[in-house]
Amino acid sequence: MIYLFYLIFYGFLLTAIVGLLASWIDRKVTARVQYRVGPPVLQPLIDIVKLLGKETLIPKGASKMTFLGAPLAGLASVILVSTLLWVNNVSSNSTFLGDLIVVIYLLTIPSVSIIMGGFASRNPLASLGASREMKLILGYELPFVLAVFVPVIKSGFSIRLGDILNYQLQNGVIIGSWSGFIAFVVVVMCIQAKLALVPFDIAEAETEIVGGPLIEYSGSGLAVYRLMKNMLLFVLPFFLMILFMGGLRFDGIHLLWGILKYVGLVAIITVIRNTNPRVRIDQAVRFFWGPMTVLASISVIMAFLGL
Amino acid sequence: MSMKLKALLKSPWVFHLSTGSCNNCDIEILDCLTPRFDIERFGMLLAGSIKHADVLLITGSCNRQSVIRLKRLYEQAPKPCLVVAIGECSLSRGLFMHSYNCPVPLDKIIPVDVYIPGCPPKPEAIIAGVVKLIEKVKKEKVESKK
Repeated sequence: MIYLFYLIFYGFLLTAIVGLLASWIDRKVTARVQYRVGPPVLQPLIDIVKLLGKETLIPKGASKMTFLGAPLAGLASVILVSTLLWVNNVSSNSTFLGDLIVVIYLLTIPSVSIIMGGFASRNPLASLGASREMKLILGYELPFVLAVFVPVIKSGFSIRLGDILNYQLQNGVIIGSWSGFIAFVVVVMCIQAKLALVPFDIAEAETEIVGGPLIEYSGSGLAVYRLMKNMLLFVLPFFLMILFMGGLRFDGIHLLWGILKYVGLVAIITVIRNTNPRVRIDQAVRFFWGPMTVLASISVIMAFLGL
Repeated sequence: MSMKLKALLKSPWVFHLSTGSCNNCDIEILDCLTPRFDIERFGMLLAGSIKHADVLLITGSCNRQSVIRLKRLYEQAPKPCLVVAIGECSLSRGLFMHSYNCPVPLDKIIPVDVYIPGCPPKPEAIIAGVVKLIEKVKKEKVESKK
């Protein structure tokens, strides 16, 4: 019963609220960087309510089940991930062994759902976007998983998120060590690609292939995708905070620190997004398989040596 | 007013379609997105795909080639969808009134909600036109309730 409460309250409601707020921060900061005023606070929520009220069109000849099911699969996996992360964060001893692996698996499913939706919508541009997304996953998963090894090694080879949190509670945050810092830089780059933001928004390039896999989505399908992306904007930085920065604690001054950590991470993501041009897909894959994988390997070796 | 329509008026995503204009109106539309006018503060975004759009901004004289595409795009737009005619050409065909290539004006082809005159209209005029559109939809809803 308590897990159902976690699923509905923490996993969905709280994550959605914080995610919508974070996407507003993202849009507002982008606007301020460009000397604009920017949208009002409730804008992301209004967008989603509006999209839910619109007509949902299904392209002729598209697979109806896959087309409408793909966004739901993505949203469901994001809710599951955020539930797992919250459970770990609230009571770090009550989770199961190997939840880190489950989280890494589930974090791939939003991208997979975008690929499914893109291919199901029977549009050449959507197929192009979906194939680019696929290449991008192949690119960033390798350095991402390598860099996630660092907290695992640091916390005495534990693949339980709770153990990683407890280790950081006693020995200081992992980002404080050299190997942790290098791994953190790599993971920030990877979540930029996972969130499909500039410079790695190749799959959805608005100005190039007009939204890529999302081109045929209208109404509720698009609303679910947008909600999924907004929630990812909370879940991925939160995952980073748990792995590298000691998570979010609720007692006294630590709550303020936790909020500052989160807002800082969102600010880093937004600044990267606003100061870079979009790269090509071959450049992105080369970037992830070249410098990022090398850096991640170095950090893993350094973690083994105890640096 | 229903929640659906209220939300629509607070975040109208516009799709921009040129049916054979001289590009002046299109540039003025893009001006609305620049820092000086910034229509994102009203929640408006320029949608790339017609499936994401709520408002169709149509410029140009509706020539024979583009009328087919115009009809197809209007059918593809998810309803409720509003139509705004921008510039003299889309209002009355302007200079091309007697051209063999522009048989009928825009509002004989699809229903138009708001007309914004000008050759080209200023960005201020376009924003004022969209504000009028929002007020018109609000009033229609109130009257239909009475």
